[in-house]
This record gives sequence, structure tokens and C-alpha cells, in this order.
Amino acid sequence: MKLMSMREAIAAYVHDGDTVAIEGFTACIPFAAGHEIIRQGRRDLTLVRLTPDLLFDQMIAAGCARKLIFSFLGNPGVGSLHAIRRAVEKGVPHPLELEEYSHAGTVARYLAGAYRLPFYPLHSYVGTDYPKINPNIRFVDSPFGNGRVAVVPPLNPDVGIIHAQRADVNGNTQLWGLVGVQKEVAFASKHVIVVVEEIVDEEVIRADPNRTMIPGFVVDAVVHEPYGAHPSYVQGYYDRDNQFYLEWEEISRDEARLQAWLDEWVYGVRDRAEYVEKMGPETWERLKPGTAPSGQVDYGRYV
Amino acid sequence: MEKYTPSEMMIIAAARALAGVKTVFVGIGLPNAACNLARRTVAPDLALIYESGVYGARPERLPFSIGDPALVTGALSIFPMPDVFALYLQGGWVEVAFLGAAQIDRFGNLNTTVIGDYHHPKVRLPGSGGACDIATHARRVFIVTRLQRRRFVERLDFVTSPGHLDGGNRRQELGIPGGGPALVVTDRAIFTFDDETREMTLSSLHPGVTLEEVRAEIGWEIKVASDLEVTEPPTEEELRILREELDPQGIYR
Repeated sequence: MKLMSMREAIAAYVHDGDTVAIEGFTACIPFAAGHEIIRQGRRDLTLVRLTPDLLFDQMIAAGCARKLIFSFLGNPGVGSLHAIRRAVEKGVPHPLELEEYSHAGTVARYLAGAYRLPFYPLHSYVGTDYPKINPNIRFVDSPFGNGRVAVVPPLNPDVGIIHAQRADVNGNTQLWGLVGVQKEVAFASKHVIVVVEEIVDEEVIRADPNRTMIPGFVVDAVVHEPYGAHPSYVQGYYDRDNQFYLEWEEISRDEARLQAWLDEWVYGVRDRAEYVEKMGPETWERLKPGTAPSGQVDYGRYV
Repeated sequence: MEKYTPSEMMIIAAARALAGVKTVFVGIGLPNAACNLARRTVAPDLALIYESGVYGARPERLPFSIGDPALVTGALSIFPMPDVFALYLQGGWVEVAFLGAAQIDRFGNLNTTVIGDYHHPKVRLPGSGGACDIATHARRVFIVTRLQRRRFVERLDFVTSPGHLDGGNRRQELGIPGGGPALVVTDRAIFTFDDETREMTLSSLHPGVTLEEVRAEIGWEIKVASDLEVTEPPTEEELRILREELDPQGIYR
């Protein structure tokens, strides 16, 4: 039984100075978890994400991070992440150390971490400026005499946080739609927090084992947090709040307005449940998708 | 002939270049519209691959981003990101990939990282995303971007994605698997790359555009093909599909 409140899970597993990977590629971004980290006032974190997205813009504006490991710094489909740009271009509110890869490179770091390998090879970076700005990107000759490849070191975050559709109380987690690098992060991290829309009986999980991306044994905490990925989306549960992604372009341009937004929507609410209530039912109605059930398979019964 | 915008000409020219292609790696925006137009015209078997881990998407709305849930529902396959890079790209299955750039040089090397010095940037741009990996592995790279002097520069501030490096066979010598940039489609002209030197070469001017106008937007002395052509203007059918089916809101006008 690993069920905890978000407050308990963050207090237990996220500490000042930790390396924290928060994944979910455009989908299932654990905003509720990030907001709780801000509320608990964590500092000097090394934040890791392929795409920092609005969540890291908010966490960096709130002063949680010392360093960012990433591969795409944008508001997807909209524009820039202005708080992060302010930190990088002007050192506001304070400077931010960057460690930057291409997506394949960040993915490779998680893979090396999850596989407990000393490094992971890939073909990228030849002829680029990356090796000059990131000493973790190096080249080795194949011991088999068949070429030279880039390698990156393992990444084993102190804690990995992911959001999914459902899990049982032991952390067996089912995820569908875009699955990003959630599984790899869960296996690479020293501790894992899984946030879900629904807690289901173990029998529900057992009825469709191919959909279980993360086995309970790698999970430390299961947090039940409906709408916990808003303003990003959860496939089949709610749509991306694109209106908010567009608004963020304006909010994040203005440091004072961004801090006012944090005051109202992060510091000003106790938890995600209060945020959901404050957002109002019309928001959740607006973001509700139509229905498109999966096809069915027959696993067969063998007695 | 109906009137059309430079953006529409750019999308249509990019779509035509996909004739016969079956797998294309694409983001959202103009190239996405080009791929969907190609699927309805010159490349009926074209399947779109997104770096978010989607193959054969059939979205019912214009996607907000490459991670849009509408790309998932009804797709042929959804896969984890390690598969995107290791199996699809590194495996050599991507025939054509579309990339954009804040800066491009004469050999099709691309910068999407910073303007100015990396450590003290004037403008911090998004960085690679998958672009460096895509540029490394796709069999052919098509670059779609507006023709502007601040983009077409003599020297990049940062090399994010490898093109033909410093030309010739340098890419192959260094063991980069993919074929590199094959085409640059802009709102005013189309460029290809010389078979030997791999230098960008002006191959076609869009209707009404002069050579001088193109030269004025490029930061080096651009090579011009001996058989410089004029791009076929959009057909009524191409414009109809683009405006009525793909972009009814006129976002790409």
C-alpha cells in the first residue's frame, strides 16, 4: 500500500539540492506535483525534463532550481518560456546553469541510468557545437573497429515523478496515449512518485497487463490527484487547456504578472483539489473529450 | 489563376517535393500542412511520424502541438521515445524529415539554439529537441523557412543540427548516417544542394520573384543553377485542398 497525499509524497521524497526528473512528453505533465514542490519551498534543485514546458518555467520563476537538464526549451506549439529565458539571458531571478542535449541524448542518459550502464552510445552530435558546451557529450571508438560514436553518462535522478491514467494502490501503473520516457525514468530514478487520475483495483490492472508501463516495485508513492496534469492533458480524460498555454505566453513575459499568477494559483491554494474547485466546473466541461474506446483483445484463459 | 500568398506557395512547393515518399518525420505548422497536402495529391501512401512517438496519425483537428491527443486517437502506432530515436530514426526508416531553423548556412547546417554567444546569448532559442538527431539520421532533410537575411547567414552562432558541414563528402567521412539536407523551400525560392560541393544552389524562383530580391536576403554569394527555373504556380486543386480541407481558418495564409 503506497497511497499518499501529494503533500506527504513531496515532503518524503523531494529534498533541497536533489536531482528531480519530471517527465511526460506534452501529455501527462505532473503539474500538481510541481506546484506542491513550489509550495513546499524546495531550493537548489537540478530539474530534468526533455521539454521543460510551462511547469519548469513556473518552478524556475518560483526559485526552486539551480540547474536545468533539458533538450527543448519552448512552449510547445505556442512560443517561448520567458521565465527561463530571463534566467538564462539576464540572470533573473538568479542565474540558471544549463546542461543541454538533443532529445536522443537526454533519452540516452535516462537509458544508461535505467540499464545501470556506464554510458550509452548514439550517432548524434558529430559536426555540431554540442561537445564544446557540454562536457558530458564525448566520443569513443567502437572496440569492434566499426566506427566512432557519441556517448553520454547515466542519469539516475534522486526522484522521478510521472503522471498516468491509473494505478493500483501498490503502484502498478497503466498509461496510454503518448508514453514518452516515463517507463525509463521510473526505472532510472532512486525514488518514484506516480500521480494518477484514478486508483483502480488490482483486478483492473490484471485484466490488461500489456498496458502496465510501470511495475509497482519501482514505485515509492502513489498519489491520487484527478486533473493533476492540467493545463497539459491526459489521453481520454481531458484535453490540453490550449487557452492557458496561449495565455502563459503573456503571463510569463512579465515577471510581476507571473509572480501574481503563482500567488493566486500555486501559493493561494492548499492543494490540487482546491485548484480544481477554483478553476470551476466549466473548465472541466470545456476540456472533456469525446469518446473513442480501444479495440478489444482476448488474452485467452489457460487453466 | 487565383491569387495566393507566399506562405501558400511555400507549403505547396514543399508538398510537391514529397512525390512518392512513404515515411516523413514532421512537426506541426507549415511542414505539417505540406505533408497533409502531399498525402491528398502526390504521395497518397505518405505516413507521418512525429517525434512524440506517433506513426500514421489521422487527426480530426489541426494539432496544437506535436504531442496533441488528436494525433494519438486513430493513429497506426504509438511508441515510447527511445523507439522514436533508436528504431525509427537510427534504424534508417525515415525517408524525409522536415526541419526549420533560426539560422542556416550555405551547407545547410542549422542553428536553433542561440543568437549570440552560447554563454551570454542575445536570444535564447529552444535548442535541438529532436532536430540534431533527425538531421543526423533522416535519409533526406527538407528545410522549410522564410527567406530572410537574418536567417541565411555566412556563419552560424551555434551548430545545432548537422547539414553538409563544410561541404563535399565531409558528412560521410565522419560517419554521419543520414544523407543530409536535400532541399530548402522558402516563400520566395527553392534551393537544392550541389552533388559534389554540397553547396546550397538556387534552383527555382517563385513566380514574380527576381534574382536580385533573393540575393539581397542571403548573407553570402549564392550559387545559381545554370537551368534556373520558375516554380509552377499553385494549381486550383492544390489551393482548394489547402484552403478548404487543411486550413479553413486561414492560419497559414
